Amino acid sequence: MTDAAFTLTIDGTVVAAKPGQTIMEAADAAGIYIPRLCDHQGLRHQGGCRVCTVKAAGRSVAACTQPAAPGLAVENETPHLHALRRDLVEMLFHEGNHLCPICEASGNCELQAMAYRLGMIEPSKFPYLEPTRPVDASHPDIALDTNRCISCGRCIRASEDVDGKGVFGYVGRGIHRRVAVDGADLAHTDAALSDHAVSADVCPVGCIIRKREGFRVPIGERDFDHHLIGETIAEKRR
Amino acid sequence: MSEPRLIEISPVTRVEGHGKVTIHLNRDNQVDEARLHVVEFRGFERFIRGRLYWEVPVIVQRLCGICPVSHHLAGAKAMDQIVGVDVLPPTAEKMRRLMHYGQVMQSHVLHFFHLAAPDLLFGFEAPAERRNIFEVLREQPELGRRAVLMRQFGQEIIEATAGKKIHGTGAIPGGINRNLPIAVRDRFLSRIAEMETWALEALAIARNYTLDHAELVADFGSFPSSHMSLVRDDGALDLYHGSLRAIDSSGGVIFDHLDYNGYHKVLVEDVRSWSYMKFPFIRALGAERGWYRVGPLSRMNTASFIDTPLADAAHRELRAVTGGAPNNSTLTSHWARMIEVVHCVEKIRELLHDPDLQGSDLVARGERRFEGIGVIEAPRGNLIHHYKVDENDQITYCNLIVSTTHNNEGMNRAVKDVAVKHLSGRDKITEGMLNQVEVAIRAYDPCLSCATHALGQMPLQVELLDAEGQLVDRATRGA
Repeated sequence: MTDAAFTLTIDGTVVAAKPGQTIMEAADAAGIYIPRLCDHQGLRHQGGCRVCTVKAAGRSVAACTQPAAPGLAVENETPHLHALRRDLVEMLFHEGNHLCPICEASGNCELQAMAYRLGMIEPSKFPYLEPTRPVDASHPDIALDTNRCISCGRCIRASEDVDGKGVFGYVGRGIHRRVAVDGADLAHTDAALSDHAVSADVCPVGCIIRKREGFRVPIGERDFDHHLIGETIAEKRR
Repeated sequence: MSEPRLIEISPVTRVEGHGKVTIHLNRDNQVDEARLHVVEFRGFERFIRGRLYWEVPVIVQRLCGICPVSHHLAGAKAMDQIVGVDVLPPTAEKMRRLMHYGQVMQSHVLHFFHLAAPDLLFGFEAPAERRNIFEVLREQPELGRRAVLMRQFGQEIIEATAGKKIHGTGAIPGGINRNLPIAVRDRFLSRIAEMETWALEALAIARNYTLDHAELVADFGSFPSSHMSLVRDDGALDLYHGSLRAIDSSGGVIFDHLDYNGYHKVLVEDVRSWSYMKFPFIRALGAERGWYRVGPLSRMNTASFIDTPLADAAHRELRAVTGGAPNNSTLTSHWARMIEVVHCVEKIRELLHDPDLQGSDLVARGERRFEGIGVIEAPRGNLIHHYKVDENDQITYCNLIVSTTHNNEGMNRAVKDVAVKHLSGRDKITEGMLNQVEVAIRAYDPCLSCATHALGQMPLQVELLDAEGQLVDRATRGA
């Protein structure tokens, strides 16, 4: 393999890429937004949520982990992929207890914003699982409301790779897998407000809560009050 | 002689929430019992436990879609105490007041024009198909248009202060999350004179109706009762803050200048087997005599004066009808309500001219406390929110006494009064006669969905009747 730059196409647009880049990285650099939830700037890729699923050479792959390759023909904005992504997002709503009207993440929430972007007017396809999940408010500055967790693992990677702590981790298997803390509760971990894992933009939903900050940003000034998720990436093309 | 009959009005219409009325007629066609039942259950007091305290103002406002601001602000006032703040920065208090006046204005206009006006304009026994807002718009299009635009004005005030017309996030523990930009202020100022004109015209309609139908008003659902509200320290009407004042039916003071943090020392909540709504009463007077009314008419009775000139003049005229004694006639509520609309418009104008609304000091902080009580005068009357919060910032206790709950006994008395006067002795009960019962309920502008929270201690009575209606067995739980 050489270090030479190459090109691939995304929905017919020719995009430049370098060896080692994922399809998503090449797309981002070219100003083409591929929807994603578990992937986050500065954290290692996971390929967990599958919202970034694209068709590459006819196969469904996660754009955040699949390497870009010379001449690859990638499909991103197709009705079929759009419907698949909407179903994936809808299932996340059904698996947890996502009450946007009373959630302090509303307006800044990537799950909510993704639902709007994908045109999910109401979750209606699947039955609500309505799990019983606790709120862990034991830490003086941080609370964890796992009702809203979508198991994206961003906090886990941020805590391990950036903070070097391992405050968060997965427990359980299959549909029972969820994010938990390494201790009896959050108060018995070494989590701190200065951790990258608990910074405002790592948790895409309202699960990791910085205490006493909720609702301080007025409606109209929140991240997604005036634009769709992904627009800042797409703006690079203009 | 005829068979005993049970008449059910279900649902009660042109009110917020779900309720029904049952009227028991005996063999002589006399009304034995008439009751307003609240048949829905909300349970906010229970499921808010465990939530984080700064979520309270946003969660509890979901009780209601008509006056969510009342719950938003009562919850926020309680949370002010939790964060140790007794005095808000001026910008925060004035933004909240502006929000509240906008809300009371739009809620009262909604009630008067959309819900009550069909009865008042077309008659209590007018055909059911005429008794709705669309007929008002068809027959009096200009009046109907103004009603819609006045509501719009109030809703836009809410949007400018809370972020959304319904269920915003403006009030946060210790303050507010926004101020009022000059451009937005000027937009409201350009319309305020028109609002004042229309408010005064609405006031004239309600006043004239009350005075022109003096005989009906004096008789219809009219009965002596105590009245309670917040008043300002000097006795003025204050919809946002003050201390509690209660008077009896002849104007005698039951309590006055009472710090609302001690509400539970003077008020007790009773429960009954046939409704999800509690029955509060004044402790000193006991369960039988201690019931009282709240709301616009009660506020006219408790307030010594109003601190805005147009509303104050109207207040004095209303008080003169009963020679200064408390006015106990249910239908006078509409007049009282329109006086408050004028008051709100005057207050909004005053606030819009106040430069504090453009201030940037929005939030105060103090020493954390573990119990908080917020009381406000909602459109429908006094509203009490009481919370306890643990050291983890989670709610452990919540008690809500909502305006409609305060008025529970009063509404039931009004229902019975009207039923006895208009249904007793009649062989044939018409739909129009039944609407009279609803008119009495509507005058209280009840919000039934706000008012149903009792849980865990609800008494329950089950009766087993045989085919002839004879009691076979009865099981009772609780009171």
